[in-house]
Amino acid sequence: MRRAFAVLAFSFVIHWPTVLRAETAGQSGSQLHFCLRGEPKTFNPLLVEDDASETIRYLTGGVLIRLNRQTQALEPGLALSWKVSQDGRRIAFRLRSGLRFSDGTPFSAEDVAYTMKALMDPQLHSPTGDSFRSGEGQVDVQVPSAESVVVTFPAPVAGLERLFDQVAILSAHSPKKEMAVLGPFYVADYSPGSSVLLRRNPNYWKKDKEGKPLPYLDSVRLDIQRNRDIELLRFRRGEIHLINTLDSEYFERLQKETPGAVHDAGTGLDSEFMWFNQVPAAPLPEFKKNWFRTTEFRQAVSMAINRADLCRIVFGGHAQPAFGPVSPANQFWFNSSLPVPKYDSAGALRLLARAGFRLDDGILRDSSGNRVEFTVITNAGNKSREQMVTMIQQDLSQIGIKMNLVTLDFPSLIERITRTYDYEACLLGLVNTDLDPNGQMNVWLSSAENHQWNPKQANPATSWEAELDRLMRAQASAVTDKKRKSDFDKVQQIVAEQQPFIYLVNKNAMSAVSPAVVGSSPSVLDPHTFWNAELLRLGADPALGAQK
Amino acid sequence: MNPLQKLAAIILCLIFALMVFATILVPAPYARQFRDVPNAAPSTAHPLGTDALGRDSLSRLLYGTRVSLLLAPAAALLSTVIGALLGTAAGFLGGWFERLVLAVTDLSLALPWLFLLLTVRALLPLDVPPMVSVLIAFLMMGLLGWQTSVRVICTAARGIRDSDFLLLARSSGCKPARLLLRHVAPNLRPLFYAQFWISIPLFILTEANLSILGLGVMEPMPSWGNLLRGFEDFSALAANPWRLVPLILLVVVVMCFQLVLPSQEVTQ
Repeated sequence: MRRAFAVLAFSFVIHWPTVLRAETAGQSGSQLHFCLRGEPKTFNPLLVEDDASETIRYLTGGVLIRLNRQTQALEPGLALSWKVSQDGRRIAFRLRSGLRFSDGTPFSAEDVAYTMKALMDPQLHSPTGDSFRSGEGQVDVQVPSAESVVVTFPAPVAGLERLFDQVAILSAHSPKKEMAVLGPFYVADYSPGSSVLLRRNPNYWKKDKEGKPLPYLDSVRLDIQRNRDIELLRFRRGEIHLINTLDSEYFERLQKETPGAVHDAGTGLDSEFMWFNQVPAAPLPEFKKNWFRTTEFRQAVSMAINRADLCRIVFGGHAQPAFGPVSPANQFWFNSSLPVPKYDSAGALRLLARAGFRLDDGILRDSSGNRVEFTVITNAGNKSREQMVTMIQQDLSQIGIKMNLVTLDFPSLIERITRTYDYEACLLGLVNTDLDPNGQMNVWLSSAENHQWNPKQANPATSWEAELDRLMRAQASAVTDKKRKSDFDKVQQIVAEQQPFIYLVNKNAMSAVSPAVVGSSPSVLDPHTFWNAELLRLGADPALGAQK
Repeated sequence: MNPLQKLAAIILCLIFALMVFATILVPAPYARQFRDVPNAAPSTAHPLGTDALGRDSLSRLLYGTRVSLLLAPAAALLSTVIGALLGTAAGFLGGWFERLVLAVTDLSLALPWLFLLLTVRALLPLDVPPMVSVLIAFLMMGLLGWQTSVRVICTAARGIRDSDFLLLARSSGCKPARLLLRHVAPNLRPLFYAQFWISIPLFILTEANLSILGLGVMEPMPSWGNLLRGFEDFSALAANPWRLVPLILLVVVVMCFQLVLPSQEVTQ
């Protein structure tokens, strides 16, 4: 018996790679396979807050208007057309007819009305609904016919139609509630902690150019995997087809092995920046607060940082020097007239001299003789941020500034920057998914919590912050995009001049897609790799990923 | 001393000399970035190549040797002394004291020390000089790393307590203090050494992990620990094998210490 077992075990070891390959290939078929980096918190599309739930909402939810992730233009979804009123309070949709939810329930204007009422219900606390709340009062939803809906808000909502990209329509009548969907896939199975299986929605309304029903894929399997190293390993083994976001280090690693599988879509929306603590109540020496409040000091520090080197060395060329709060990837809202940040140590010293600083034996001192030295905090474990700080240390030493680095675990860092304000400068990054400036209201308003250099101000501390408040409110209430753009351009101009945040780099949007996936066209907007999931299919080679 | 021990002693002397004269020997300051040549291969200008930021790897290795070779043994010594005192006393005395020491040891093994370390870092002022931060990190390691030593030494001491020669000494009228100092401790000395040598690489690696958490040697100061962090990317190591030098040096130093010092114990 023991011998038989040993033979069996030996035979399994010999044939194990074959068994594994066969199993992998068998699983693939027309099943797309990739990883979620966390447990989905909800399947209710109105309550989505986390990335994993957002992925599922994107793949399963049917929306009235869809933002094309490549062109950044709005395209008809469940709505054939729409019209926003002059005052920006009302939007009227004309809907497609004859559509059905994944469970066969017919789709009508009643479902849109039901969804909008649920979305705006204060009891539900929908994060998606919060974007629509522009004023006090009830949202009125009228259903003039089965194919038209008019939604009226109590106050103008800036960029109203764009917000509908996030609103997945629910069925008013289906017994399956939010599990009945209008998107290309529906949730067929969920194993907590393990995976989510999405199957092809047989009632999906879209067809390809030849009239074939979409999506092409039979199913999508989403494995819950928090560890990025394991995700990368699985991609290299060919067990998964996509990695939606890659950092430059992993990108370089993969590029060496499978150059055809990695994609750099160009400058993304994410940025890295640093700022000085300007909170009046911060437990810092008064002379340091004075430095940090001096515009020339901030401008000089910004000018002394060699951003091109940061992009080239820390990000391996997969980043661009940052201009301001909006990445050039945000085609409409980016202010292209902003000055390109230039690296100029001599210019920085001139600025500092104008503000009363002087260079003594290579050491910068303020007008009272204090040595200019400060500590930058950043989150521990983030290699690229540590490297950026180390490089900035050398850049600033050229103008006599001594900069120290302290890395902290994230909760401690958040505690310092949001509660105790016991820090001098901080370097962090911003993952930006919202193209619209309204998504940045909580940063630029002086009363906002994320107005990080000096948050929660009762009254704006400076005249330029008061101007930022005025412009942000003006753009939020403006009806035309032209007026909004003009106001927000001025916001970007002020931020570039005052440097409350010293923007360093905009990281590129990098991803990995197996050569077995046909139809993929990675974009700079999230979801980079599967934004056109209904058009993706697996090629003739089902052995997936890494090509040796 | 046999030839192998002599060789080990010579290597150690050489490494210590390199450490002491690092300031003179290094091709460039350890923090200086040669940004035109990041990740460069060994050359005459940079005998061990450069790191990801273009810093000279040899300079960083020599300065890192200073930090690690002074502080890791100091932390190892501290933890071994604590382990030796508690373990020997517990094993020799036995009874309620042994149970108490072992219970405290078990309890402290079960405590989430990582959170304590994170709390310490969070409580430290941000303007603490980097060297003080490093000293605190190693002190914490020394104070918190004694549990395994206590268990091992206690078990050995218990064996000696029940041995015939100790029974003989006791029956000859030896006082407990003399028993402990003249009979028990000398027999445990090889174990103390072993615990000490085992602890050194452990503390060096612990320091590397603490650096990741923000409580070790901070950039740009080098240490063997943060030089070993470069090993995360195994494919890069295969392509640039000279990056293994810090690891090789660590292994060589620990081996040399183990070869040289126990022999002194025997000769004593």
